[in-house]
Amino acid sequence: MISENSILRFARGTRLQHDRVRDVWFIQAPERAFHADPIAVEVLQLIDGTRNVGDILDLLCQKFSAPREIIARDVLILLQDLATKQVLQAK
Amino acid sequence: MSAPPPPMSLLAELTHRCPLQCPYCSNPLQLEPRTQELGTQDWKRVLSEAAAMGVLQVHFSGGEPMARPDLPELVAHAAKAGLYSNLIISGVLLNTKNLQELADAGLDHIQLSFQDAEAENADHIAHMIGAHAKKLEAAQLIKAEGLPLTLNFVIHRQNCERVPAMLALAEQLGARRVEIAHTQYYGWGLLNRSALLPSRAQVEETEKVVAEARARLSGRMSIDFVTPDYYADRPKPCMGGWGQRFLNVSPAGKVLPCHAAESIPGVQIPSVTEESLAHIWENAPLFRLFRGTDWMPEPCQSCAFKEDDWGGCRCQALALTGDATETDPVCHRAPEHDLITQAITERPETPPPFHYRRYGKIKAY
Repeated sequence: MISENSILRFARGTRLQHDRVRDVWFIQAPERAFHADPIAVEVLQLIDGTRNVGDILDLLCQKFSAPREIIARDVLILLQDLATKQVLQAK
Repeated sequence: MSAPPPPMSLLAELTHRCPLQCPYCSNPLQLEPRTQELGTQDWKRVLSEAAAMGVLQVHFSGGEPMARPDLPELVAHAAKAGLYSNLIISGVLLNTKNLQELADAGLDHIQLSFQDAEAENADHIAHMIGAHAKKLEAAQLIKAEGLPLTLNFVIHRQNCERVPAMLALAEQLGARRVEIAHTQYYGWGLLNRSALLPSRAQVEETEKVVAEARARLSGRMSIDFVTPDYYADRPKPCMGGWGQRFLNVSPAGKVLPCHAAESIPGVQIPSVTEESLAHIWENAPLFRLFRGTDWMPEPCQSCAFKEDDWGGCRCQALALTGDATETDPVCHRAPEHDLITQAITERPETPPPFHYRRYGKIKAY
């Protein structure tokens, strides 16, 4: 399970990529591309294999001046989903 | 008709040459010889054009794409153009050196084909002694290198009872994904249909085994399952709709909406040697032929699902009814659905010998 202490990185063969032609973001993965909505993009751009999830939540709180518990709930659901899809992995 | 959305994927069939002779190969019956293959510069131009059009992923396939010595160069070119690269191989030509070259070129993912979980039968299906053992070695090399690995099993009446063993093998080899794909019956698959078509009971068993494995392996290994449309009530949304998401370039540079589209009669097959990929995608009569829903006959035209399945598979309609504009016979509402029920009832008790995939003259089906 992903927690605030988890340090995440993109699994090899997956990456976040801006699609210039459609001007949207995709998560590229083996044999498929998932569309990434603007919120997911904000979160995923902070995944660097060094910060833990708690640090990422702090940064998002500052940027969007929203209550931490609300951001934390949504972000953990997103990250857990992407870990299940083997896009992200815990270090 | 307004301009189509840009394609998502490019299947680059670099060559039809292959050391394996699988009787369900997705290549056309009339294989293109080496002398007609596009050169390196042509393929590079195709890759650049694809990326500029909005293609996100390229699937290097064949035949056996590793038969092309310029493969690492093409992978590097795709990476530079921003394309995600998948490589679909038999594994029998893979070694430490060429794997390293591909990884260094920026390859993103490898899909390795297996014919069975059991060596003797696997080699029989591939018609190559020792192929299975080489594939096991290839999987281990890929795993050791760290590239994400998909195992691909095409299943049929002569191997589908071993789906549990296939899943166990994929797990044991550390695959991130596994594809369990029932054979599709056109081209070589149709030619070998009696030897390959499973019974309904066999199909249901594979569905059950896959559903159980998916629950057990969630988060560790994902399983893509392709059902055989002969046993479905509704047709598959072939290629996500004709000319809507997918481009196929053949070894000689023919541009097709799907693997089998060359079989469609009476329409010119466009080629990258004559026109740009973007021009072909937007304007070629072959791509406009079945794009959208205007072309549909009844009962498709008034069907509530016409934008779910896009009328199913045109090549299947052609191969079975002789008319590519017919309703896909697998649909239970199709006027010619009897062709499917008949094929199922007339399955021979004992499968006949395989008609292996080879260059040369093919007797008409």
